Amino acid sequence: MVVRRNAGRWGLRAFALGYLAMLLLVPLGMIFYRAFEHGFGAAWDAVTTADALHAFYLTVLIAAIAVPVNTIFGVGCALLLVRSNFRGKALLNAVIDLPFAISPVVIGLSLILVYGRFGWFGGWLFDQGIQVIFSVPGMVLATMFVSLPFVAREVVPVLHEIGDEQEQAARTLGANWWQTFRRITLPAIRWGVAYGVVLSTARALGEFGAVAVVSGRITGQTQTATIWISQAFSKFDTTGAYTGSIVLALIAVTTLLAMNIFKRKEAPR
Amino acid sequence: MSVAPGARAEASPRPVAWPRLGGAALGRGLVTAYLSIVVLIPLAALVSKSSSDGLGAFWHDVTTPQAIAALKLTLIASLIVVAINVVAGTAIAWVLVRDRFPGKQLVNSVIDLPFALPTIVAGITLLALYGTNSPVGITVAFTRASVVLALLFVTLPFVVRAVQPVLLELDQEMEEAAASLGAGPLTTFRRIILPNLTPAILAGAALAFARAIGEYGSVVLFTGALPFKTEVASVFIFGQIETGNTNGAAAVSVTLLGIALLVLLVIGRLTRWSLRHGR
Repeated sequence: MVVRRNAGRWGLRAFALGYLAMLLLVPLGMIFYRAFEHGFGAAWDAVTTADALHAFYLTVLIAAIAVPVNTIFGVGCALLLVRSNFRGKALLNAVIDLPFAISPVVIGLSLILVYGRFGWFGGWLFDQGIQVIFSVPGMVLATMFVSLPFVAREVVPVLHEIGDEQEQAARTLGANWWQTFRRITLPAIRWGVAYGVVLSTARALGEFGAVAVVSGRITGQTQTATIWISQAFSKFDTTGAYTGSIVLALIAVTTLLAMNIFKRKEAPR
Repeated sequence: MSVAPGARAEASPRPVAWPRLGGAALGRGLVTAYLSIVVLIPLAALVSKSSSDGLGAFWHDVTTPQAIAALKLTLIASLIVVAINVVAGTAIAWVLVRDRFPGKQLVNSVIDLPFALPTIVAGITLLALYGTNSPVGITVAFTRASVVLALLFVTLPFVVRAVQPVLLELDQEMEEAAASLGAGPLTTFRRIILPNLTPAILAGAALAFARAIGEYGSVVLFTGALPFKTEVASVFIFGQIETGNTNGAAAVSVTLLGIALLVLLVIGRLTRWSLRHGR
């Protein structure tokens, strides 16, 4: 009986670990081998070309705009959902999750239909000298769309958990809205916000489909890191594609580490 | 920020409360405006575009042979992926909660990697091992199986992360009682553990399915995007946008969106139902 139980346990363990190894770990190990196949110098040269550097710069720039905007929106949205009552709250709650259910390509297309040259607002914007699609503003919009829910989704449960007694106490003592938010609410939700910011940043840096649709993928202009990687692969510059992937994978691993730290900070409360 | 111009009209008759309500009204306005600019108006434009030439044209666009092939492949591959995820995800969650072995914490953190990893990197990663001149001699790339493999990679965390917390909370006394009454491990699992896990498994499966049918980045390079063979719906939509067939792209997009929302809605209902009746 005990022997059979142990056999079952070993079998399950072997299956679970084997599955993870074949799907995740061995392939990830392989990109290192493939990137450095022709030596470290070749890999370094491949990701430090002018186009590659511009692509990485653009990726960081877009994330630097989209993530702060989404953070402010996310915190505001969470406050609305938890701390106030209004008609359409259930609708707002459902709409926030929409970006999770929509294909990135569909997100890109829907943005083109509004902000493209022949879209709803695109013609007017173009006359004002603002080009959104096939240009950086459209890529920022696409990034905002895909990373919209993260901060709100992380902050909502924390707000529920801390309750509003301290906030009410502060108000009774004469604190205004901003003081209450800055001195009471924000310190209480900071790890939730941080967790949301990490998730949004990871998504913003790694977004491919939505950004690819709206960017036009113009080398040296509207090419982000992920687009550069895909085009490098298509042009048989496999060393570049694999090395670029390693750079983004390292960012992903850093994200995971940060997530683990924030989860632990959040947990004791 | 606290007092919005024009907010008084909406303010409550209680004088103490109005600054707060004013702030809320302004916040509500800003949140709605932002959501509209980024999400709602674009989605409205998508739906409007898909039906701009009438329902007949919509139907014509989603029933072209290439669109049907793409949608069919997407749905079948996603269903296979969800089925595998239900089994493998539950097994992994089980091993992570009930089993003990060195390095378990590391394995636990690795599960989230597909969420953190950019999808294009997921595709490149799979190409490194399962692409042409595969070092292990298994070439999956550019076959139909590659669609399934890529989707398995990106949907790995959903079921695991849904089941894991429930399994942690599960009271082991029930299982011990079942075992002491003579139930074998399999019977205990089927009769005691599985019913408790079902809502979580369903929720994870629904999210995995919604993700799978819209996936683009990880499949586009790894599957080769061959029409009628390995072209999934999102890749098809991308192709239609590139060739200027926006109407066709919008029609298939709306179909995809409708399926995703329907599945999430149905599974949401089902999960709530089984939560109410399961315990």
